Parts: sequence; structure tokens; C-alpha cells
Amino acid sequence: MSVIQVSGISKRYGRTVALDDVSFEVEQGEIFGLIGPNGAGKTTAMECLEGIRVPDRGAISVLGVDPWRGLRALQHRIGVQLQEAQLQKRIKVGEAVRFWASLYPRHMDGDQLLEQLGLGDRTHVWFMSLSGGQKQRLFIALALINDPEVVFLDELTTGLDPQARRAIWELVRGIRQRGKTVVLTTHMMEEAEKLCDRVAIVERGRVIDVDTPARLVARHCPNRTVLVTTDDPSAEARFRVLPQVDEVSRAESVITVRGRDEVVTAVIQCVSQHRIHVTGFHTEMPTLEDVFLTLTGHRIRN
Amino acid sequence: MLKGLWKLTWLEIKIFLREPLGVIGSIVIPAVLFLALGRIVTSRPVRFSNRLTDFVMVGLPVFVSVMIAISTALSLVTIMAIYREGGILKRLRATPLRPHTILAAHVMVKLFMTLVTLAIVMAVGARYYPVTVDARFVSFAGALLFSTLSILGMGFLIASLAPSGRFAQPLGSLILYPMIGLSGLFVPVEEMPDAMQRIASALPLTYAVSLLRGAWLGDAWSLHMGDIGVLTVVFIACSALSARLFRWQ
Repeated sequence: MSVIQVSGISKRYGRTVALDDVSFEVEQGEIFGLIGPNGAGKTTAMECLEGIRVPDRGAISVLGVDPWRGLRALQHRIGVQLQEAQLQKRIKVGEAVRFWASLYPRHMDGDQLLEQLGLGDRTHVWFMSLSGGQKQRLFIALALINDPEVVFLDELTTGLDPQARRAIWELVRGIRQRGKTVVLTTHMMEEAEKLCDRVAIVERGRVIDVDTPARLVARHCPNRTVLVTTDDPSAEARFRVLPQVDEVSRAESVITVRGRDEVVTAVIQCVSQHRIHVTGFHTEMPTLEDVFLTLTGHRIRN
Repeated sequence: MLKGLWKLTWLEIKIFLREPLGVIGSIVIPAVLFLALGRIVTSRPVRFSNRLTDFVMVGLPVFVSVMIAISTALSLVTIMAIYREGGILKRLRATPLRPHTILAAHVMVKLFMTLVTLAIVMAVGARYYPVTVDARFVSFAGALLFSTLSILGMGFLIASLAPSGRFAQPLGSLILYPMIGLSGLFVPVEEMPDAMQRIASALPLTYAVSLLRGAWLGDAWSLHMGDIGVLTVVFIACSALSARLFRWQ
């Protein structure tokens, strides 16, 4: 069952096209990622879903409601975390959560929520004194305070160190576990791969493809790379004749074999059959990063 | 959503009082200014000319009040710039709070702080200006609140027009402070050359000064309907323009 339907939305700012005929659907209970480089239009798309912006063309339905027209009704059913938003420097964590709770007729217990998010001992601390990770946890708390059905998280882990990022990922999985739908944006492919059930690849205001990370990789980057370390002089030639292999290259004792689908099995069988003495064996799977490169011709960062 | 308004106002008052610079700027400085000026003009055993006496007894309290109103408005301009650039306004707007509730809360905070500052200034200045809390004082406080509201309207307009936070405060100072010179505080408007009189009559602050002076002297408000009318128009016009021009991010 889809909780969000986006069909053909476009948005311009002057001559800049921020969104160009964007369509996708988000299923109930999944973590859905809008991925792409900065400036691709992810945040604009997200803010259209949140009812903060209105698209020039196209239709959006979130929980059966047009977010722009039905914002008042929808606000009680969605939770948002905005990119690069801050709170008042000297607001206390507990004050923020209690104030936010007071704005919604139906809300969760703020102190309990802070406890669950690991901020139980921070309630009397000013916002400005929190670490980056703690600030993001507080924003998650504010996004969850009204016990929403859909949660929007925009660039949630940008600027966090890897440890804090992993902790946040766990929290987001926890949100899914409560049966909520999560829509997030990220420009980090690793984050999308580890966290998202399905992703939409956004580039220059267009959605290029939508699917699970694994299927996107299988569809656009079926190639596998095998790195075999061996001193056997015959190995390179034997790998070269395998039908699954496209390309073989050698750098000192490391032979790089590229091919499709069954290339890994083929190389293993070949090694075994010819009793090639191998001192190292390593396979490289393509990632979403490679999918992005294949689809757009450039890397996601810079 | 009235509930949100009171809660946000109270929250913002607490947050404001935690900011040392804000408190110094809007409460301590007017109090010190009042004390220092009061001391200077009362410590000299000099017989003042009538005009100087008039300035000390009437002009100075009005001047300090105008300073309170202007520094309040500048504080609003600065806070709006900081809140906008920090994404705080955007975050608040993505809640069930209505946009005008968020802005109204800041006006309430500023009016509250104006009253607190007035009370503190009057308390510390009591040795030079014995004031009793009577009908005249209440009328004066009311005149100050009303003038401040009008100047806050201008503050919102400046906050809407300022291209960035860095420009907001200087731009506000540049617009608001020079108005004091022509507002009739130092030289009565009637005694200015024609051209200056015309400028003075175009400045909202002139009407605030006239209303405050009248209230300080015990005039009934009905004698100042012109001032009240102009200040009301300024507030409504500035608010309406700001509502169209105000940027939330």
C-alpha cells in the first residue's frame, strides 16, 4: 500500500529548474531514500511533500492529502526534520520537546522519547551546547513527538562522524520498526545502501530510476571485479579465455579480472581446476556510487 | 492558536533573558544612560534656562523612553535575522504554529521587555525623577507601549528588507537613530526651518515623541488623537508590507 504518490511534479525558481517531471511512490512502512548530489533537487522534492513548498505542476498525495492544500490536517500526521535547521541557541532540550508536544493534540511523552533517543541526561542543556549528533537526535525527537505516520528526514547525518552516523541509522531503523514510513534524503551512497529499502536516484531535478539498492546495482552495474594475487605465470592467460570475463589486467602479482554475473564463480572454478597457487583473493561488488556514475557519467561528490 | 502564542512568548522571554548581550543592550544600557544623564544635569548647582529645564524634566525621560523603544526594535531586527539565517523560523513554521503567531510572540516578548526596562529605569532613576505609579505613569507606560508597537512594525519591515543578517542591525540603526534628531526631542518641531519641519512631520518617531511628551506632562490621550492615528497607520502599513515581504528562510 503506498502512502505517498508523487506524479509529474515540476518546480522552477526563475530560470533554474529544481524539479522536472518527478514521479515516485512510497510504500507504507519502508525507508525510502531520495539520493543524489547536493543541488539535485532532493530537498525541494522533500519540501513539496512536507507542504512547505508548492510545485508548479503535478500532483502529490501524502496519506491521501494534498500537502499544500491540506497542510493543517496533514501536519498532525507527519514529522519533519529540516536540513540545516537550528533551534534557539539557548533553548533547553527539555523545553523544546515540551513546547513541541504542546503544539499537537496527540503527542508522545517527551521525556520518555528523549530517554529512548539517548538524550535523557541532556534535558537541561542548552541547544548550543549539544554535539552535532545530539542535535540531530533532538531533531528526530521533535519529528517523532506527535507520533506521526510518515517521518521526513532531510540530510540527517551530514556533518556527523561515522560513529554518530551509525547510531543515527539505528534510530531510523527503530522508527521503521514502529511501523512508520520514513522518507529521507542523502548524498551519501553508503547511507542509502545501508539504510534504505528503496531509493530514487535524483539528478538535475529528475528521477532517473527507483528501486531497491540491490536491484539498482544488478540492473545498472552487473559487472563484478575479482582481484587475484598469484605468482603463477599461466594464471592471467587462463582467466582471459573464460567466457564470463570481459577484461583482465595485471599489476605485479595482482591480476584484476572484470566480468559479468558469474565471473566470480568462473574464476574460482578456474583457480581450483588448474591448481593455481593463490595468496590473495578479493571481490569488489559495485555500489550505488557506481550505479550513479554509470547513469550520470559523473561521481556523486563534486 | 492562542495557546501556542502564550507558550512561545514565555519560552522566548526565558531564552532572551539567558542572552547576556541582549539583556545588557536592552535593559542595562537605558538604565545607565538615564542614571548618567540624570546625574550630570542635576549635580550642577546651575540655574537652567527654561529650555534646558524643560529638556531635563520632560525631554530626558522621553528621550530615554524613545531609546528603549528603538533598542527594542533593533533587538527584534537582529533576532529575526539570526532566526532566519539559523533556520529557526523555518523550523518553527513547519509546526502547527501559524506564521503570524510566531511573529506575534516576538512582539509580545518585546513589549514585555519594554515594560520591564521602563520599570527598572524608573526605579533606578527615582532619586532624580520621583515617580509615583499613578494614572499619569500608567498613561505614560501605555504611550510607550503604543509607540514601541509602531516602531516594532518598522523593525519588521527593516527585517523583511535587509538583504542579510549582517546588514539588518546597521540598516536598522541607520534608519531609526537619525529620526531622533528631527523628532522634536531637542528642538521643538515648530521652531525648525520649513524644510526640516516637513521631514520631521514625515517621520513616525516625531509622533511617538509628541505622544510620550504629552503623556509625561499628564495630557489626556484624547489630545493626541493625531499622534495615535499616525502611529496606528504606521504599524498597520508596516505590518501589511512585512506580511507580503517577510522571508522565512
